[in-house]
Amino acid sequence: MTETILAVDRVTKRFPGVIANDAVTVDIRRGEIHCVLGENGAGKTTLADVLYGVYRPDEGTVTLNGEPLELQTPGDAIAAGIGMVHQHFELVPPMSVVENVVIGTSASQWLDLSEVRGRLNEFFRNYDVEIDPDAEVGRLSVGEQQWVEIFKTLYFGVEVLILDEPTAVLTPQGVQELFRILRRMRDEGLTIILITHKLKEVMELSDRVTVLRLGKVVGTVNTADVQMRDLAQMMVGREVLFQFDKERSDPGEPVLEVDGIHLPSVTGRGSLKGLSLTVRAGEVVGLAGVSGNGQNALFDALVGVEKPSSGGIRIGGVDTAELSANRIAQLGVASVPADRIAQGLLMDFKVKENLVLGRHRSNPFSRGGLLNRGAIDGFANKSIEGFDIRTPSASQSTRTLSGGNLQKVIMARELSGEPKLLVAHQPTRGLDISASEYVRRRLLEERDRGAAVLLMSEDLDEIFQLSDRIAVIYDGRIVSKTTPEQADLESLGLSMAGADTVEAGSA
Amino acid sequence: MEEFFTSAVIVGIFWATLRIATPLLLAALGELVCESSGILNLSLEGTMTMGAFAGFYVANETGSTVAGLVAAGLGGAFLSLIMALMTVTAKVNQVVAGLALNILGLGLAFFWYRSIYEAEGSIDIPTVETMAAPWEFFPIPWLTILALVMVPVVWVFLYRTKYGLELRSVGHNPEACDMRGVGIISRQYVAVVFGGVMAGLAGSFLSLGSTGLFFPDIISGRGWIALAIVIFGNWRATWVLVGSLLFGFLEATQLALQASDVDLPYQLLLALPFVLTIVALVFNRSRSNVPLSLTIPYHRGER
Repeated sequence: MTETILAVDRVTKRFPGVIANDAVTVDIRRGEIHCVLGENGAGKTTLADVLYGVYRPDEGTVTLNGEPLELQTPGDAIAAGIGMVHQHFELVPPMSVVENVVIGTSASQWLDLSEVRGRLNEFFRNYDVEIDPDAEVGRLSVGEQQWVEIFKTLYFGVEVLILDEPTAVLTPQGVQELFRILRRMRDEGLTIILITHKLKEVMELSDRVTVLRLGKVVGTVNTADVQMRDLAQMMVGREVLFQFDKERSDPGEPVLEVDGIHLPSVTGRGSLKGLSLTVRAGEVVGLAGVSGNGQNALFDALVGVEKPSSGGIRIGGVDTAELSANRIAQLGVASVPADRIAQGLLMDFKVKENLVLGRHRSNPFSRGGLLNRGAIDGFANKSIEGFDIRTPSASQSTRTLSGGNLQKVIMARELSGEPKLLVAHQPTRGLDISASEYVRRRLLEERDRGAAVLLMSEDLDEIFQLSDRIAVIYDGRIVSKTTPEQADLESLGLSMAGADTVEAGSA
Repeated sequence: MEEFFTSAVIVGIFWATLRIATPLLLAALGELVCESSGILNLSLEGTMTMGAFAGFYVANETGSTVAGLVAAGLGGAFLSLIMALMTVTAKVNQVVAGLALNILGLGLAFFWYRSIYEAEGSIDIPTVETMAAPWEFFPIPWLTILALVMVPVVWVFLYRTKYGLELRSVGHNPEACDMRGVGIISRQYVAVVFGGVMAGLAGSFLSLGSTGLFFPDIISGRGWIALAIVIFGNWRATWVLVGSLLFGFLEATQLALQASDVDLPYQLLLALPFVLTIVALVFNRSRSNVPLSLTIPYHRGER
């Protein structure tokens, strides 16, 4: 187990304005699961892309089995025995599993899919995976698509398998299933490099870990020798507070009053069946629940893009039934949507344009129907500084920003008007530790300023950390209410699973 | 009405259908392969004109129909090579490049025609036999046979060879192919140039095959109809054949109607193909075979 299979020696990769990898040195041993841990933007994916021939290093060398590796394209990497499964899948959705596997192989020009099908079936049987080789890939579940990606790579007979954030798209059960099979593949001699920012996964799965920070290697350690806290510190560069010290809240008047609203499921975003909820000024109400129990519908109803069929919503005492989404926003409602890319931002617009989106029509950003560029630039630069948004300039295309910075753009925009009510849906999903911490701290600051905060999250740790009161949503209703002090994880989990038969009254 | 359904009229419509469908089928099959690789070539009209002229000119000069056909294919290949350079290598917007090449193809053919023949109208080929049919009892032109044979050939190529599978994959998700070491550029060049050769041949059928003469707007919209047929056929070779025959049949019937006394507005039949294309588009929406990356240029490393 000590033989080095892949040696990365002082590899440097620069992009305009950034050094993504700065003299990175790692040795990967044959038959190990080696995690590359780091925050978003630490250079993990760049390193993987260098190993896979997507980028060529500016300096440094990579050797495989003692031979220097000169990769021009991913095809060279595959030929050398290195395969990679990307974070977003590289599949052809309208084609079958077999067809996807055969692309790029050295199979004969006359397609004989039966042989490929046979070998795939053997793979699937071997690893207890049930996938129809003739199924259209686009119709498979995300987890199944990941299997196809992995087996597609193994089909080339690679020695080293790189996985970039493979668990981001999986359910907890899917993650366990993946880990089970990765362990078996390792035991059968495959070398696995797993790129992740999730500490729990590193602790659970890896043999060794290399931690990257800001493009540099912080260190490589044996997983068994370290604690999660140590890794977190290596990754972030300082001690990480897993617990916030928050002061007790001093709730004021009710800001949001939701009274028995019903919303039929027409848009595929779930339904509400008589949901009642109150959020007061200066408190965080955490709404826990398994996704798909009406959180999306509630979000839509609160921001006003959907209107409840019955029941009422009052914000600051004003009935919102007849108000447009824009008018509701003007009441002092800010919202952070769960899907920040689809609902929160215009990815092809500039950062500064996204920062004023929704307020671009009013003073000072618009004057006499024309955009006031000076005011927009000034505001954008202030926001970029105030929220520490990492972007080369305010005129940068939003698409180039990382997930954490995208969320900061939304937060900067939504919080700039000092909202009375903040509705945050999954505000830290997919973010790394630093960005999550930042977003959470901002939410608490809003509470302390006197805003009413409704936090919808599937992350129970987050709910416990931030909430003053907790409500559980199940099947379009609030089924239980508690406080972080009284609640325990088990009973909360049961409520989320629908174990409460008695419907709770209005919160 | 009864007089209309005489055997002479029906046989006439049959041959006219094949004659009209041949250039549509050739061009549409080429475009099908081209679009399958993710490149939309809107310059069919100009490419066909180029083929029609090149074929006409060389046949006229050499006295050989075969040389004319080769020239037509090369003329189409020439224009489509520019298309490939612009869209595959330089990654220019495909719609802009296609429209520009359309104008270039039409303009070049017209310019050469005017400067070589100093003629205004149309001219006949006096020296060349137009493409004769192999059999006297069944006078089907060679190019029509070629067009029909190309249907299974294109189908087998796209669906039964690995190269074809990879070519279609490039049209759906070039990044996935790049990540597996499948050459994107070479496949797109092959597809675009194949489309150009087919369009050139399609054009030559009009100048050498059915009329034996050339005039600048000889294609008169058939390139656009071929593009519509690819959409109508939902990017499948067999349905492209059906579409071409249907367009040909409606056009042939319309012509026969005009020549007869039947009191039916022929404009209806003229409009029908386009109505059918729209209907097909609507019905195919849920199970469309449109290449998912059609018109989207691929840049490595851009997520």
